Amino acid sequence: MNPLKAIWAALFDSLRDLLPIIVVIAFFQLAVLQQPIPNFSEITVGILFVVIGLTLFVQGLNMGLFPIGETMAYSFASKGNLFWLLCFAFALGFGTTIAEPALIAVAEEAALVAATGGMIANNEQSMESYAQGLRYTVAISVGIAIVIGVFRIIKGWPIQYLIVIGYIGVVIMTVFAPAEIIGIAYDSGGVTTSTITVPLVTALGVGLASSIKGRNPMVDGFGLIAFASLTPMIFVMGYGMLV
Amino acid sequence: MMHLFVDLVYVIIDTVWDVLPIVTIIFGFQFLILRKPIPNLKRIITGFVLVLLGLGFFLEGLQAALFPLGRLMAYQLTDPSFIAGSDNVAALRWWNYYWVYLFAFAIGFATTIAEPSLLAVAIKANQVSAGAIGTWGLRIAVAIGVAIGIALGVFRIITGTPLYWYIISGYVFVLVQTLFAPRMIIALAYDSGGVTTSTVTVPLVAALGLGLAGTVPGRNPLLDGFGLIAFASLFPIMSVLGYAQLSEWKNRRNTQSVTKEISRE
Repeated sequence: MNPLKAIWAALFDSLRDLLPIIVVIAFFQLAVLQQPIPNFSEITVGILFVVIGLTLFVQGLNMGLFPIGETMAYSFASKGNLFWLLCFAFALGFGTTIAEPALIAVAEEAALVAATGGMIANNEQSMESYAQGLRYTVAISVGIAIVIGVFRIIKGWPIQYLIVIGYIGVVIMTVFAPAEIIGIAYDSGGVTTSTITVPLVTALGVGLASSIKGRNPMVDGFGLIAFASLTPMIFVMGYGMLV
Repeated sequence: MMHLFVDLVYVIIDTVWDVLPIVTIIFGFQFLILRKPIPNLKRIITGFVLVLLGLGFFLEGLQAALFPLGRLMAYQLTDPSFIAGSDNVAALRWWNYYWVYLFAFAIGFATTIAEPSLLAVAIKANQVSAGAIGTWGLRIAVAIGVAIGIALGVFRIITGTPLYWYIISGYVFVLVQTLFAPRMIIALAYDSGGVTTSTVTVPLVAALGLGLAGTVPGRNPLLDGFGLIAFASLFPIMSVLGYAQLSEWKNRRNTQSVTKEISRE
């Protein structure tokens, strides 16, 4: 296919991915709320940006993020050094989470809840240290999650056993955690995995499962993200109990 | 209009800043521990640059076009004067909020389809399963899960029932489904819970939750506004497991089975 045509096709794919949001927002604005669309030209440029961005992202995914994740998985597997692989897993989980903007927002929100609920002193300083502590807690828990997940891939354990243990952990913590923290804890599981972490971690898991004998990339390769969304809930509730 | 391009530069710089720890970890391990040359290094670096530029454009576009309108919409739809009209808000019952449910469902579905991390996982799953798992099939299954999850989460905020009832019953349901689901799909289904809620979904859904908790009498936005993300992470697991069971059942009626096709690979 000639390159120009390929670019058009890719842009068209992105536009199609975006179409549902445009339709939903236009419908509610025009038909339900019955208001005109403000800043029409700005919105059009914005949508154009989103389409271009999604297209570039998917290109970069296949050229950069997937190959590097897989290459590293193969190198670790052929080197056979479990210790360094697990160190890498922890660093990847911790490092990608600590800087995650969505997590920073949630941590600040949580500090506000804690201060309003009287769990911590209602001043700037204690709220900031609470939010900071929460961020480190979540980042450590994601690091641990990726370590457990990588270990599972190597051992080939069925994922559901570990998930059941995780669910039981969440339920037990829910019983003991202060009521104010539960909503935030449950939400924190969903916000930890960013757009760059997901492809990297997925490629790492699939790469490991394909390079270790006896593992099936489909059965064993996925599941790292699942752990990364489960452990923060347990750890954040633990944080709420201790602080 | 010009400011969009100026903002774009800032957003790209922010993205580079966010990605720095990841890049440091990857290249640190690559050069210090693995000590192996990376094949196609140039291509990989180009890929990283494309990802950064892409995310910059994507985020700036969302912030310029869709987020302000979507957030405003979430607040307007949950505004007492819209929902109750001239009536008293306290007299409203949960079914009076029908537009909010519809919006929650529609926006949950639509934002999930546009979510880049889900697209990444869908592309990978398609490659690994040699095409047995279609990118669209998976994404639509996940999007339906998120849509139902957020609509139910909105119902919870309106009725004020405890969050953990829903989440714990959801867990039990997922575990029962796991017993009957094809083995191939289980890990992917669990993963799809975590990838649904990132760049696109979280800001819009958070606005919906906070707006609603501010409107419904007796709800505290700080306490009751949370929980929608948790719903949006739990329900896709169910819908993907359900989708897999459905397609397995359909395939069993034909002769070719999806699982067989994968194991032959």
